[in-house]
Amino acid sequence: MTELLQQLINGLSLGAIYALIALGYTMVYGVLRFINFAHSDVFMVGAYIGFYLGPRLGAGTVWGGIATLAAAMAGSAVLGVVIEKLAYKPLRNRSNLTVLITAIGVSLFLQNAGQKILGANPRAFQFPVPGGGQQRLFPETQLHFRSLTISSNQVIVLAVSAVLLVALWWIVHRTRIGTAMRAMSFNATAASLVGINNDAVISFTFALGSALAGAGGVLYAMNYPSIDPLMGTLPGLKAFVAAVLGGIGNLPGAALGGMLIGLVETFVSGTRMSTYRDAIAFAILILILLFRPAGLLGKLRVEKV
Amino acid sequence: MLEVNQLQVNYGAITALHDVSLRVEKGSIVTLIGGNGAGKTTTLRAISGMVKPKSGQILYEGRDITGVPSHKLVGQGIAHSPEGRMVFANLTVRENLQMGAYLQRDKAVIAREEEFVFATFPRLKEREQQLAGTLSGGEQQMLAIGRALMSQPKCLLLDEPSLGIAPLLVKLIFEKIVELNRTRGLTILLVEQNANLALEISQYGYVLETGRILLADDAAKLRADPKVRDAYLGG
Repeated sequence: MTELLQQLINGLSLGAIYALIALGYTMVYGVLRFINFAHSDVFMVGAYIGFYLGPRLGAGTVWGGIATLAAAMAGSAVLGVVIEKLAYKPLRNRSNLTVLITAIGVSLFLQNAGQKILGANPRAFQFPVPGGGQQRLFPETQLHFRSLTISSNQVIVLAVSAVLLVALWWIVHRTRIGTAMRAMSFNATAASLVGINNDAVISFTFALGSALAGAGGVLYAMNYPSIDPLMGTLPGLKAFVAAVLGGIGNLPGAALGGMLIGLVETFVSGTRMSTYRDAIAFAILILILLFRPAGLLGKLRVEKV
Repeated sequence: MLEVNQLQVNYGAITALHDVSLRVEKGSIVTLIGGNGAGKTTTLRAISGMVKPKSGQILYEGRDITGVPSHKLVGQGIAHSPEGRMVFANLTVRENLQMGAYLQRDKAVIAREEEFVFATFPRLKEREQQLAGTLSGGEQQMLAIGRALMSQPKCLLLDEPSLGIAPLLVKLIFEKIVELNRTRGLTILLVEQNANLALEISQYGYVLETGRILLADDAAKLRADPKVRDAYLGG
């Protein structure tokens, strides 16, 4: 029982990170109908921004950790918008396949530029303590509930993810630009007919999705405390699977899919099949595409006449 | 108010409009009639910037608006209620209307316009919180018109408001169109399959055929014209 609960918490905190990344895939798909494969590398850059700015922003304290997270989110948002303007916007009227291949190109560029500039070796996601020694981004303690042990880092991952999910929900459902995002994802032509500047909404969508990926990168690095320029690939692919699992283009679906992938992966890791924990997400992808291509919460669109 | 000069529009290798010229006087209702594929919808699309013309000129209040993208025209007072209605099915009726006033930052103005739309189409008020995709075809048409009105247009481009709608609602919607024209002084360029109905409420009409203007005359004269009666008014 204890082990089950323990795994549940591990799975939820991993799933929350997948959910944050998956939301970016699904939002961009919603407005542009293509998969931004460079998204996983924005996640990586987010982690590096945290790594380099953390010491200046007071890593090791609660407020320092929050400031580092915010900086990583802001930096990632800028990167996402720049990628969109430079790589995708010039291809706006080309086929989706052209943009998709470009996205893979951007992804490879970021990975290789990262290896060249940041170095290919993994770095420990830790920060020097003034008096000597190393510390994590947030102060760390172990919380004990009966026989259950929870790291404060896991609580932080869950809390930050929850706050970001609620904030995202609020932006998408309660603000003017968020409503415009939903309007545009349904019908971009009609959106421009009411005065919505599609390009502005697309930029906003990239900023929002990339900020979430940046936060995901820092949270991921915090729990698996090492970073390298290729770290985005596997979590990125799994988050992509999560977005498809939930129903691509569907925001609650992406959050749900992320949680499910995180849980399944964690529970599989706890069994003798742990060797296959990375394979499981892709097995899920194949099954979903075979049996429910629209995803768990996705709907096939029916137009009323 | 609106003047189209020698407009040519191509879709790839196909020429949809060859040489279309028309005028819409301020405060009038002008209608474009013609068969399927005559170029009625394309004409509206070119005016509202949804398609880029190959050549020709579109003047609005004396300004050249040829090729100006749709989202910039809304602020100048041109609203387009498009073919197929294109309501945001995933948004509520209220959100659809708010999107109609996207460029309006003043909340009091938005609320006032919303009240006006609800007064014009009380059915929308009843369905305020419903997703637009759950509305009937006629209600969606009211919403499409209401959404266009939210931007406080001076000129409304209205594409096929009667298409696929119960006859009773068609009557209601056409009464409202006339009312909007009379009380608000709204200039309307109407595209309609139901030529009889359209000419009845219009002052002037154009007959399009395969991308060319075939006839242009006062609506009453067009209704009396034997050629028009044979071809478009069902004899």
